[in-house]
Amino acid sequence: MKENGGDFLIRITDLQKAFGEQKVLKGISFEVKRGETVAVLGRSGGGKSVLLKLIIGLQAPDAGSIQVAGKEITKLDENQLNEVRKRVGFLFQQAALYDSLSVEDNVAFPLNRHTPMSNEERSNRVHELLADVGMDRDLRKMPSEISGGMQKRVGLARALALDPEILLFDEPTAGLDPITAAEIGDLIVKLKRKRKMSAVVVTHDVHGANAYSDRMVLLHEGNIAAEGSFDDLQGSQDKFVKQFFSYGSR
Amino acid sequence: MSLTIFVVATAISGTLVSNRLRLSFPKHFFISVFEWFGELGIFVTRLLRACLAPPYEFRELFRQCDEIGSKSLPLVALAGAATGVVLSLQTRDSLVRFGAKAFLPAVIVFSIIKESGPIITGLIVSGRVGAGIGAELGSMKVTEQIDAMEASAVDPYKFLVATRVLACILMLPLLTVVSNFCGIFTGWLANTLSEPISLRLFLEDGFKNMEFTDYIPPVVKTAVFGLTIGIVSCFQGIRTGGGTEGVGRSATNSVVLSSLFVILADVILVRLILMIWG
Repeated sequence: MKENGGDFLIRITDLQKAFGEQKVLKGISFEVKRGETVAVLGRSGGGKSVLLKLIIGLQAPDAGSIQVAGKEITKLDENQLNEVRKRVGFLFQQAALYDSLSVEDNVAFPLNRHTPMSNEERSNRVHELLADVGMDRDLRKMPSEISGGMQKRVGLARALALDPEILLFDEPTAGLDPITAAEIGDLIVKLKRKRKMSAVVVTHDVHGANAYSDRMVLLHEGNIAAEGSFDDLQGSQDKFVKQFFSYGSR
Repeated sequence: MSLTIFVVATAISGTLVSNRLRLSFPKHFFISVFEWFGELGIFVTRLLRACLAPPYEFRELFRQCDEIGSKSLPLVALAGAATGVVLSLQTRDSLVRFGAKAFLPAVIVFSIIKESGPIITGLIVSGRVGAGIGAELGSMKVTEQIDAMEASAVDPYKFLVATRVLACILMLPLLTVVSNFCGIFTGWLANTLSEPISLRLFLEDGFKNMEFTDYIPPVVKTAVFGLTIGIVSCFQGIRTGGGTEGVGRSATNSVVLSSLFVILADVILVRLILMIWG
């Protein structure tokens, strides 16, 4: 893996994480290539969201290696970690918009802190980002005044603000009606084509994941139960994989 | 003093009870207290680093000064005014009995400036601001807004904690001045309703024996109260867990603990002030 232009943007090796007695991840390994979108599937409480937080350094692993954009993030200090974080966008499960800031200010937040843009440049960039996610008419609204789907769109615009090389999605379609979920899925496909970013998408939505991912990783009891394309996993003879895909298809 | 420490330790362990009911009481009590202080130590270290290292969040600091200072002003002024009236009525009655009515202005001014003003302001702010900070940061924590900030490469200790703690330190002395002013004014007002005396004469009598060194310790004391309120309520907020119930618990704990620590700090600081300035 090279710093820039290498094959893999994320490489996870033998990653382990436990909370007290409960081992959430028991030594998983996988890679995400440049420009690739990997969907991480699994049951609730199976450590999928924890995996994303480990990738961005919000939690520390108990053992194993996490390399993001060529940096071993488990060995970085706070400042070095922040440099890596600027290259990664994160869409949280509930969007995690800042309550006290308007839609516009939420998207401008990372730009204010990490770019030397003038007010006009920043305003144009925010408009552009919000237009990409279809939210450019609600700039002045507060997060509490918009729907869950709209909040996810704004969260996505904020995640894209620093033009990241990697995007992490935590349940991007959870809690949304099928139409809004499909719109968010389409948005991910559109952004993937437009920006050519790598992405890790944690989801329960098997068919949604099929639409926007290149590869799937299925977690079960802290291990990777199966890895491959939608067709590979759907044709698997493993009992858990068959069960997951049969329920996921209903 | 040991009683105060026991009360504080009990309150701290009480904040952690829900997670550790399975442990026996004495073991739980000591583990909780040591755990709380250990986490507080780590929190303060991160806070110090956030305060010292650039970049500085001046815009957010001014916003917090407005939030903590301006918006607490009416409540603090009202509490100060009420204290002045009560102090005047109660003291007047006592001084008349001892034939020392002439000392009334000095007693009101000294007691308000040296003790009543600072402690009333400290407790009012710990109630209003402590609950607000605890609930706000707690809610940000459980809705992953603090994680989102960290994921955006912004240090939440710098943006959220340092600004609030500094605003508390800066605003408490200013709010105390307002509280003192209102207390002295209403003290004169209550006094003059019973026995008319000009404001000028009241102030001259009240401040006649007051020296500059009488003003400094209370001001320093209120800055320490601000530090205490800021640290305790931010700490309680940022370690919130357990959803909306946890947010409620953090808000309550912020008020209870910051009030207790303000009282404890007052006891220690008054002793120190008397040792230094006599």
